[in-house]
Amino acid sequence: MARPENLWYSKTHEWVRMEGEVATVGITDYAQEQLGDVVMVELPAVGKGVTAGQEMGTVESVKAVSEVFSPVSGTVVEVNGELEAHPELVNQDPFGAGWLVRVKVSEPPSGLMDAAAYEAFVQEEGGH
Amino acid sequence: MHRYQPGEGDRRRILEFLGKSSVEELLAPIPQELRIGELPLPLGMAEEEVRRILREWAASNVTAEEKTSFLGAGVYRHVVPAVMDAVLSRAEFFTAYTPYQPEVSQGTLQAIFEFQTFVCLLTGMDVANASLYDGATAVVEAVLQASRLRPEGRKVFVSRLLHPDYLATLRTYAEAAELELVELPWDNTGRTDLSRVAPEGAVAVVVQSPNVVGVVEDLAAVRRAAGEALAIQAVAEATSLGLLAPGGAFGFDVVCGEMQAFGLPPSFGGPHVGFFATRKEYLRQMPGRLVGQTIDAEGQRAFVLTLSTREQHIRRAKATSNICTNHSLMALGVTVVLSLLGQKGVRELALASHAKACYLKKRLAELAPKVRLAFPNSPTYNEFLLLREKPEQLLARLSEEGILGGVATPLLAPYLPVGILVAVTEKNTREECDRLVEALGRLA
Amino acid sequence: MNGNKLREREPLIFERSTPGAVGYQLPALDVEPVDPERTLGADLVRGEIRELPEVSEVDVVRHFHRLSRWNYAVDDGLYPLGSCTMKYNPRLNEELARLPGFSQVHPLQPAEDVQGALRLMWELEQALVGITGMARVTLQPAAGAHGELTGMLMIRKALKDRGEHRSTVLIPDSAHGTNPASAVFAGFKVKELASTPAGTLDLQALEQELAGGDVAALMITVPNTLGVFEPEIARAAAMLHEKGAFLYMDGANLNAFVGVASPGKMGADALHINLHKTFSTPHGGGGPGAGPVAVSELLEPYLPVPVVEKRDGRFFLDSDRPKTIGKVRSFYGNFGIMVRAMAYILSLGRNGLKGMAEAAVLAANFLRRALEEDYHLAYESPTLHEVVFDDSLQKRFGVTNMDIAKRLLDYGFHAPTVSFPLIVHGALMIEPTDSEGLAELEAFAAAMKAIAREARENPEIVKTAPHTTPVRRPDEVRAARQPILRWMPDGGQGS
Repeated sequence: MARPENLWYSKTHEWVRMEGEVATVGITDYAQEQLGDVVMVELPAVGKGVTAGQEMGTVESVKAVSEVFSPVSGTVVEVNGELEAHPELVNQDPFGAGWLVRVKVSEPPSGLMDAAAYEAFVQEEGGH
Repeated sequence: MHRYQPGEGDRRRILEFLGKSSVEELLAPIPQELRIGELPLPLGMAEEEVRRILREWAASNVTAEEKTSFLGAGVYRHVVPAVMDAVLSRAEFFTAYTPYQPEVSQGTLQAIFEFQTFVCLLTGMDVANASLYDGATAVVEAVLQASRLRPEGRKVFVSRLLHPDYLATLRTYAEAAELELVELPWDNTGRTDLSRVAPEGAVAVVVQSPNVVGVVEDLAAVRRAAGEALAIQAVAEATSLGLLAPGGAFGFDVVCGEMQAFGLPPSFGGPHVGFFATRKEYLRQMPGRLVGQTIDAEGQRAFVLTLSTREQHIRRAKATSNICTNHSLMALGVTVVLSLLGQKGVRELALASHAKACYLKKRLAELAPKVRLAFPNSPTYNEFLLLREKPEQLLARLSEEGILGGVATPLLAPYLPVGILVAVTEKNTREECDRLVEALGRLA
Repeated sequence: MNGNKLREREPLIFERSTPGAVGYQLPALDVEPVDPERTLGADLVRGEIRELPEVSEVDVVRHFHRLSRWNYAVDDGLYPLGSCTMKYNPRLNEELARLPGFSQVHPLQPAEDVQGALRLMWELEQALVGITGMARVTLQPAAGAHGELTGMLMIRKALKDRGEHRSTVLIPDSAHGTNPASAVFAGFKVKELASTPAGTLDLQALEQELAGGDVAALMITVPNTLGVFEPEIARAAAMLHEKGAFLYMDGANLNAFVGVASPGKMGADALHINLHKTFSTPHGGGGPGAGPVAVSELLEPYLPVPVVEKRDGRFFLDSDRPKTIGKVRSFYGNFGIMVRAMAYILSLGRNGLKGMAEAAVLAANFLRRALEEDYHLAYESPTLHEVVFDDSLQKRFGVTNMDIAKRLLDYGFHAPTVSFPLIVHGALMIEPTDSEGLAELEAFAAAMKAIAREARENPEIVKTAPHTTPVRRPDEVRAARQPILRWMPDGGQGS
């Protein structure tokens, strides 16, 4: 299971890539596999404020709804519009084309794990 | 042992298999202090004994068929093709569960897909669900959907000319949802007075057309008045959709209501079937089940329950509705009737009902001032209101002569104009209409 | 399901359309025809709806006949959907519901004309009062979820009358999804209670929550969705009542204890009864059902209107009830369903109803014992009317509960409830009901055992099941990603 090294991870299985003040956020490979085929992604509108640890959207499969919690605090500056027509990108390329939102962060992210820590966390949670 | 249950031998062999001496051992988890003695009911009866009792109760009812009936007010007596009950009597349909296993439920699923299509065609809307309980709860679901789409708003402008049960049900639910119902009065033409609608920040404007006094509302005006708020049309007499331009033609957001008029028996008020149609952009906020078309593993067309994440069994407290069991079999009945009526019949039936109502309305107008049409110059479909004090007494005298002359409005709601609501369908003959006119002329 | 005709795709009724075909003839018009553009105005009228089908009566009969053959139904055999109580639907009940004296009665006829209908409602209420040990019953709710909502609205109104504002409803994590949804639509917020390791209500957790003072009610299913009786239900009721809260009981599983115990003795304040489960009215491919709600004396004033009353041997509808929650639907309920339930209760009587609960418990325990070596039992607690296994023994071979369910279809049985209750991962929830005799139970157990063997020896055949049904596994992902929810005339893709 892929866990890119250059990312930060949350306990709720979101990932964050920091580039300056902008954080790109998605759900992890583990999360998408647990959920199964994604059929619908609901994301906050551009300009909306998000708070670390708070729900910011949902990712749905045929039989389940999974809340997406924002791993950072700030303002949404871009959402992945491709997902509206192609939610399967979340399954096919969760760390790439399947990204969810970009957030201009209001404070540096905290309480997130690096790849190794996330790996251990997933193992402990009964992962693969 | 009872005829609906396995025999004593099976019972004994299962107990042996389980190594138990009695069923009581299996019931042991139920504490003794919660146990009861014998139920206060008679002993089980033979089929013939049950039939005798229920036939006797049924016989003490006078059916609308035994008299000449002009009753409507939400339940209408139209022609019923023999095919409908033949289909509903097929055990493959009526003894099946909700189609959760699509591979062995294609019959139900395809029929519901067809129902959804019929509802879309009748209402002029994009999408329709698999059915709701009835017209009243369909209106409630429409308002709740609107409140999800306008989460900031609390005000719902609702016509007082909704069927009184629909309005009363909406009041019950709206209180729990903390929505404020602003009830709109009617003008002197029997249409909803829209002058008090202040759409800014409002959730929805709800009218029924034809409304409870039978008048066809000006849906274009309602749509304009609703502005940014959602426009919702309730329909209690679904056959009217065969003749009247539906909300969908005027840019409404929801057209919903009751489909009983398409051949379902009155059955003392239920089960009938609610329908719900809306725009496709609201799909995610829709209540109730949806059937969708897809392909199976071999590429063949197949139907499945879809977009279920809106529903209670997955989204639980955040579901778009709490509905689970709906009125699937009644929706099937309506689908059969609509299939039989088809392109020509749906309009012909509506036109025939309308023509008969026009005939009776014209003849009754001649009886003035004994009875008066409440809204003589307003457009009506197949139901209209006669003004008359103490209508119950007059109706009782008509009933003695074998005529159910209509519904006394005080029976429906205290706030309606006092009189008799008369419904006419293609089933009423000219001779029946003439009898009513003659009797009213004599008794009124 | 064999024979070539049955393997053919049956087109949609719209696709069968041929120009000029008609399926029904209306009586000749015996009044002057009217021009609706004149009587109504051109802007209010529509033309023919061109997309509606043109089909003959023969076309329609064949169409629905063929569709029917693609359904599995109770009359085909055991239908073990847990918590759905798919029992035999007696034909007598169908006959009686269709008597013109019941089916052709208009709800707004004068009371003198409908004494028999009112009597039936009154007698059914009395019977349900007797069975539940509660004070009164409203017959109005159209289904279980509608009953839940009605019950919770009564609780809300009772609290309001007391001048109390409580907003929390406690619901165990094993509950049906309708419970939390109904509580929310009744204006409450939901707090989930984790079950004990035995799968039952956690009294300590309940006590903790009650200490806060905001709890309006506990909603709980008895026996719960694992088929396990809640041993502390009376104690829980006492704790709730002591703190001024209510006990709402979900009666979906009433089939397990009719004639044995009563919700009244358990301390329930409100309870809905699914006539389409316990009292044999047909499910109709998803309804209509009926969900009468029985209440304690405390909640009786809040019942929805109208209620049926009897005075001087005469029955009437009473809407003059100042504390009522109001109306929850049109008219008086799904009367046609009430007729069927009444016929069933009379047919079974006090002896047959108790026998029903016993037969249901026997059947579930038979399947538990017969299958416990092949399937992992989710909870060891004693089984009443249904038993929940999981797929953990089959998972090792890559076979899931869904695969097992699909393979059962090949063996000629309907599948159990899968993936519910949520507290059991990979659940297979089996409720055989009181209708099933030993031969059918053994055949079902043999099929389940054969599938367990296949999972070990030839998992592929299970994973790709079903193989013999009218359609194979439908692509549900495609259905949800590109929703087609209606037929479109141009062969286009309706949304």
